[in-house]
Amino acid sequence: MIELLLLALTTILVDNFVLVKFLGCCPFLGVSKKVETAVGMSLAVTFVMTVASMATYLVQYYILVPLGIEYMQTVAFILVIAVLVQFVEMVLQKFTPALYNALGIYLPLITTNCAVLGVALLNIQNQFNFIYSTVYGFAAGLSFMLAIVLFAGVRERLETSDIPEWLQGFPIALITAGLIAMAFLGFSGMKF
Amino acid sequence: MKEFTKGLLKENPTFVLLLGMCPTLAVTTSVANGIGMGLSATVVLILSNLVVSLVRKFVPNKIRIASYIVIIAGFVTMIDLFLQAYVPALSKSLGLFIPLIVVNCIILARAEAFASKNSPIPSMLDGAGMGLGFTFALALIGSIREILGAGTWFGISLFGAGFQPATILILPPGAFLILGLLIGCVKLLQKKGEKAKQ
Repeated sequence: MIELLLLALTTILVDNFVLVKFLGCCPFLGVSKKVETAVGMSLAVTFVMTVASMATYLVQYYILVPLGIEYMQTVAFILVIAVLVQFVEMVLQKFTPALYNALGIYLPLITTNCAVLGVALLNIQNQFNFIYSTVYGFAAGLSFMLAIVLFAGVRERLETSDIPEWLQGFPIALITAGLIAMAFLGFSGMKF
Repeated sequence: MKEFTKGLLKENPTFVLLLGMCPTLAVTTSVANGIGMGLSATVVLILSNLVVSLVRKFVPNKIRIASYIVIIAGFVTMIDLFLQAYVPALSKSLGLFIPLIVVNCIILARAEAFASKNSPIPSMLDGAGMGLGFTFALALIGSIREILGAGTWFGISLFGAGFQPATILILPPGAFLILGLLIGCVKLLQKKGEKAKQ
């Protein structure tokens, strides 16, 4: 139990998926203009990542390994994730149309969010068992949420501040992300 | 020919279209890694653009994205196995980011925006141009980060023992900072170009 908690804490703070591992940068930079949409997006991502971790674990050890076709891993995983995302999209559309409208085109893009495929591949690489995989997927989602919500908060304030013309928009956002990443570097001394 | 050259500068995928940020930020700790990543993505881009363009008339509209992803995933698996077999050192240092070429937005974006509407030859040229533009961007960012952050270029020491490298630039924050400043510079140049035209 303690080990699982430590794994989760390490994933969220020390090895933050976005700021240290650079997984999921596209939505991190794309959907972070408002805190509200950032929260919605990261909830969807967290859910997909947790379920994807479980599903890809089962696919790996009950389909690919017995058949001896581990080299099909990338193809199989991306298909599983694509189906899952489609499912989440349908559920959101049905039950929370407001959130569905707010996330707009970014929802199908979770399929191409490298954090989701990344966590699935890392689970296999680290040889996690089923429970570890699930916790890791969930914690990775939370680390994405922490990074994107913090970042969206800063970006909301940037809207009204006086920025040199050549840095407006994307460049200043990247520099902000750099400063947040620097702050997270402070956690790297922590050894669990 | 225009299809090929537009990706290099005018519509550079990294600096102008702002696509494919994850590998750009993650693997540019050295020039060699950047170029390796860029060329792998280029090969996948050319081949997937070719195949997508060939099958564009048979694939039903509704499942086109899914089928593009499968095509791309197939080529990425090939590249992954190829690198593991012939360039194990590069394969090790790029690690997770090789299979993750599948979800590189540049490749899917070109399949959707260009190859699905054009014939095979222009599609391949578009893929090659975009891929090389991506490689160029990665090499540039990699050079800046490696030279300033480690004092080396392609692993060769440049400044001698007295040089104090700014290690922060090869750590994660440096990736964001350098890319932000470079995109800012590109914007500045674009503005100047527009003014000169007027």
